Amino acid sequence: MDHFPTNWGNPRSEDVDSYNTYPVASNSGTVPHSVREIAGFGHAGGHPTSHTQQPVVTGTSVLGIKYKGGVMMAADNLASYGSLARFRDVERLHQVADFTVLGASGDMSDYQYVKHLLDSQMIKEYNADDGHTLATPNIYEYLWRVMYNRRSKMNPLWNTFVLGGVHKGEGFLGAIDLKGTPYQSPSIATGFGSHLAQPILRKEIENRGGEENITEEDATQILKKCMKVLFYRDARSMNKFQLATISAEGVKISEPMSVETEWAFAEKIRGYGA
Amino acid sequence: MFSTYPGQVVVDHPVKVPIEHRFDPYVDNGGTLLSIAGEDFCVVAADTRLSEGYSINSRYVPKSVKLSDKTVISMGGCYADCLTLTKKIQQSMEWYHHAHGKTMSTAAVAQMLSIMLYQKRFFPFYSWCILGGLDEEGKGAVYTYDPVGSYERESCRCAGSASSLIQPFLDNQIGFKNQASQKKTLSLDQVLRITKDSFTSATERDIYTGDYLELFVITSKGVEVQKMDLKKD
Repeated sequence: MDHFPTNWGNPRSEDVDSYNTYPVASNSGTVPHSVREIAGFGHAGGHPTSHTQQPVVTGTSVLGIKYKGGVMMAADNLASYGSLARFRDVERLHQVADFTVLGASGDMSDYQYVKHLLDSQMIKEYNADDGHTLATPNIYEYLWRVMYNRRSKMNPLWNTFVLGGVHKGEGFLGAIDLKGTPYQSPSIATGFGSHLAQPILRKEIENRGGEENITEEDATQILKKCMKVLFYRDARSMNKFQLATISAEGVKISEPMSVETEWAFAEKIRGYGA
Repeated sequence: MFSTYPGQVVVDHPVKVPIEHRFDPYVDNGGTLLSIAGEDFCVVAADTRLSEGYSINSRYVPKSVKLSDKTVISMGGCYADCLTLTKKIQQSMEWYHHAHGKTMSTAAVAQMLSIMLYQKRFFPFYSWCILGGLDEEGKGAVYTYDPVGSYERESCRCAGSASSLIQPFLDNQIGFKNQASQKKTLSLDQVLRITKDSFTSATERDIYTGDYLELFVITSKGVEVQKMDLKKD
């Protein structure tokens, strides 16, 4: 709608079709209008189809650390819509097979699609009925190829996934980002976590002389400390999170929990309380 | 005041122009690699740091892969592309083995890699490849590539983020350039010392190089792997 009265009364311009009412001769040829993507901003006719995306509903950091006997991961329960804390009970840690947990940061709709893909793979494996189930490294490779192929089509799944598990008695912890870059490390942190939490995780591992010297209780304390720092400093985080533990016994995803935080000191600071 | 070209419109107010945000499929994960060909051996060395911007994603992500008892490939640049390319090579080598009943020679892999890279000429693998191994005569061979497949056999080459720091050093120490002393063949021991010194020096000045050094030594006996610490800062 044209809001400027000075423009009213003039004949409508034929060059501009603001509401895509008819297909316009373009280099995309005979692609039907219904197939064209309107991603983020629509295109008035004649533009090539573009897949450029921006994430809409997003999750923040996912943390992971290897310890003696397994892997522990943490992620809060928030899915933000930009600066709005929109969905406050989202489970961003998801059990896949018997010994694997997928943690997702980034676009939540793409995460739901990936959960669907993994479900399909699990069903295929079940149908094969050959005594094998998907192990963590298998799921990791599968996810890597999916992410890489989507980025190669210039239509990425806008996520950074963390995959933790136990395979052949050893812990497995890796990450894959939206460009299809896979990497494994004794500690992983995505998003803001890579700046705020990763230094804490690496220091703790170094102080104890390696992941073999970290007990399950140690890992819990370390991750809670990181989640506290993230709640203080990441503006898109929430003080309600879950911990996932994967060991030889299997997967345990905890109920949502919180950490104690101190805000009372602000009362004494001029501009905040005083 | 300003000269105009036909069709150009000069206005005296700001104009609205659409800004295009495009997804960039490439990322530089950093890292340095080098390979030196000896008389009857070949050394392929690479650091193991995986970076993204100013962050270190992982301190141990191997950049070199043993393809056969005679050939080792090392790649730097966009790690996702490098890993995909490595998989393609390994799969093609397996097919070749089934079809021909023998392992692909280093020279054959070298040519195949060039073709594979050029096949993605219009959406390249962002990877700086160095192929090291023994040729059919048992002599050390090093093949260098650019991201779209141009390749050449050389006696020594360094690629990756610290290549401009190390290559001149190699030209002097391995190629005996700019010095009066006679060219002589270097022993494996001397080459390994030069390689380790190259990496410790590069680690000092290049932020993307460090953590660990993995050395692959290819001789007629096979492939031996050594791992060495580098500074982690």
